[in-house]
Amino acid sequence: MKIDVNGSVREVDAPDDMPLLWVLRDVLGMTGTKFGCGMSQCGACTVHLDGAAVRSCVLPISAVAGKKVTTIEGLSTDGTHPVQQAWAALDVVQCGYCQSGQIMSACALLAEKPNPTDSEIDLAMGGNICRCGTYQRVREAIHKAASMKEAREEPASPAAGGARSAEHRQ
Amino acid sequence: MSPLTRRNFLTSAGALVIAFHVPRRGRAAQMAPPPKPKTDPNAFVRIAPDDTVTVLLAHSEMGQGVWTGLAMLIADEMDADWSKIRVEHAPAAPVYAHPLFGMQATGGSTSTRAEFQRYREVGAMARDMLVRAAAAKWKTSASKLRTENGFVINGSQKLSYGALAAAAHKLRPPKTVALKDPKDWKIVGKPTRRLDTPEKITGQAKFGIDTQIPGLRTALVARPPSFGGRVKSFDASKAKAVPGVEQVVQVPSGVAVVATTFWSAKQGRDALDVEWEGGDPVDSEKMKADFLALAKTPGAPVAKEGDADAALAKATTRVTAEYDVPYLAHATMEPLNCTVRIDRKGCELWVGTQFQTLEQGTAAAIVGLPPGKVKVHTPFLGGGFGRRGSPRSDFVSEAVAVAKAAKAPVKTVWTREDDIKGGYYRPAFVHRVEAGLDAKGVVTAWKHTIVGQSIAQGTLFEKMIVKDGIDMTSVEGVPDSPYLEAVAARSVTLHTPKNAVPVHFWRSVGNTHTAFAMESAIDELAWAAGRDPLEFRSMLLAAKPRHLRALQKAAAMAGWGRPPPAGHARGLAVHESFGTIVAECAEVSVDSDRNIRVHDVWAAVDCGLAVNPLGVEAQIQGAIAYGLSAALHSAVTLKDGEVEQGNFHDYVVLRMPEMPHVEVAILESDARMGGIGEPGTPPIAPAVANAVYALTKQRLRSLPLKLA
Repeated sequence: MKIDVNGSVREVDAPDDMPLLWVLRDVLGMTGTKFGCGMSQCGACTVHLDGAAVRSCVLPISAVAGKKVTTIEGLSTDGTHPVQQAWAALDVVQCGYCQSGQIMSACALLAEKPNPTDSEIDLAMGGNICRCGTYQRVREAIHKAASMKEAREEPASPAAGGARSAEHRQ
Repeated sequence: MSPLTRRNFLTSAGALVIAFHVPRRGRAAQMAPPPKPKTDPNAFVRIAPDDTVTVLLAHSEMGQGVWTGLAMLIADEMDADWSKIRVEHAPAAPVYAHPLFGMQATGGSTSTRAEFQRYREVGAMARDMLVRAAAAKWKTSASKLRTENGFVINGSQKLSYGALAAAAHKLRPPKTVALKDPKDWKIVGKPTRRLDTPEKITGQAKFGIDTQIPGLRTALVARPPSFGGRVKSFDASKAKAVPGVEQVVQVPSGVAVVATTFWSAKQGRDALDVEWEGGDPVDSEKMKADFLALAKTPGAPVAKEGDADAALAKATTRVTAEYDVPYLAHATMEPLNCTVRIDRKGCELWVGTQFQTLEQGTAAAIVGLPPGKVKVHTPFLGGGFGRRGSPRSDFVSEAVAVAKAAKAPVKTVWTREDDIKGGYYRPAFVHRVEAGLDAKGVVTAWKHTIVGQSIAQGTLFEKMIVKDGIDMTSVEGVPDSPYLEAVAARSVTLHTPKNAVPVHFWRSVGNTHTAFAMESAIDELAWAAGRDPLEFRSMLLAAKPRHLRALQKAAAMAGWGRPPPAGHARGLAVHESFGTIVAECAEVSVDSDRNIRVHDVWAAVDCGLAVNPLGVEAQIQGAIAYGLSAALHSAVTLKDGEVEQGNFHDYVVLRMPEMPHVEVAILESDARMGGIGEPGTPPIAPAVANAVYALTKQRLRSLPLKLA
């Protein structure tokens, strides 16, 4: 079976009912997408299917044929996507395990609603559990990413902070 | 593995000093640094020709931020260029033993305070060696040189640390070093962004579950449905018929299905027929009734002053209250897993663990090797909260047994259901408090009985944590409560019933329930006395300036005294744990479905020096979210010995829409440094319960909180 992951078409040898999550992780060796619950409850496995956020742990590989899959590895390799930059600027991550899913959900939200309200964020992000409790900074980072996207034509503000930024927040 | 074997290992590994929960009275003595170990800076810092400085981390990064915080200590003393700092987890080796525990471990909110001296000394030693290397090169005196941002400077000349690394490495480390005056710190104490962000926002960070090695297989283990149960017999034929399933092997904890992928292993395990026998038929409802009955009888003495019964009899106003909390799973986002390779060279583990030394020894005993032949790789931990610090090495010993039986490299993975149903819970507890006030509203009597399983009993921590039959983790926060010191007649006792449900450290441990009982009871007394909850607490804490300051700061931030928005109310709690005092004020409302909504939390933190204030803020926000899950939703319950929950649909945790806005104030403090990973959790449940009472006049004494 052929699947399109992050713009490259990959031949995979997997049973039809194997969820996309395990094809990514165990067949293709792409471990950025995480296993958290196996029943679409926690969002750690969130990827994009033709741009929409889906839970890959319950999506059989047979349902992916002819569609484009984007994983965290396909967002950017160097952390320069505006959502990743906002995450870095606000120091969102803690253990980091849920963050691939958080970021993929946030990107899908911002693609649909470039300037989401708090309640739109709640609705879109309610399926992504974080046990470290980074929710407040996730929310702030989504707002920041929205403002960065709006200002995309302008040169990136140094305050946004690169992923390797050494500057202190204050 | 038999306890005897493990004990043999521990003896052979040298003296283990484990002091996770030092009772506060003994803390001053026990927290004093043990005889100074010889610190070899080369074990903690590597400088490369490209000027990168790699810090070896003796503790596990599980979200709490030691990856950044400990690196800050070294970098500041070194005058290193912060942008050149890299961090790696150290391998398991004696040099990385915890300065207080004597073995490599992460827990008890101790990493930063326990390493504050050693990591700064390492930085200062490295700097000293670099300066001496530069002095030799320039044929000048080291005292004429200065360092700045990764360079040694001599007037207009400068040499980078990378250029000096090879020469410095050959020098002998200094015997003693002077540390910077705090006023000269450039990094320590400044809000600093995390160093592990780049990997964690790009999917490149490697957690244990991401381990990939040649020939690796995945195993899932079928475990008994009831704790204490055993395999009677099993039929592997259907499991083996699943494509990708290679082996089905019995291990001490159950039956493992070994396959080429997780999916095959999962389907194989679903198809496996196992007949179980035995098991403890624990029933949560019955257990709670038993605990409540026990709480009416005196237990083993924990603390006693005066005659509490007589004082109660004389009290003008009496409050009797029973508080209870359920079993809780940690539910780390990364399900438990451990990868094991056993070959001619020895044994290797890839495991997100809080106890490297222990896992090493456990694996060595199972495989039959000296501990030095077991290599422990620590990837990032996808959450720990205590679960990955198992005194019984439960999930690691199982994974080693699977790999040994399968004769192949195996990653044993737990599903979410395995995790929720798998035990090692925060124990269920009941507290019964009888307190009395005199006519002036002064607390004159306090009689308190605590009932719950011991975490330490039967583990290798027993000697350190259980004193005279009292597991300090069952009571911490009650006998040492700042409120009780002023109560002339008081009695605290403990019952420690047993059953087969394994119980465990869970973020803030005993404080999770003692703070709920203490701060709820104090609030009940305030209302019974007709006093404002802030004013009543302030009176009781008059001789406790740090508690009082934190409490008043949180209240001030919340605008205590000014009416909250219509339909909202506020509640307070203050609690000390792990050497840190945290006061929280929660503002709540109740929605049309009688759900409690927490809108805002104001937290005031006195942790002594805050090495990374940005990290402290994150830990308090996160600890509040973790505590709110328990306050509002989570419970593990058993019926006929079987756990009734299995995944996040029925083991409910906090999600984004319920996250309050949390404002954190870090109080300037010259007090001894406290921990920060855990102390934000204890006050939130009582602060919310107290706010709910203020709003509804319903006193909720069971967690999770549910309005009638």
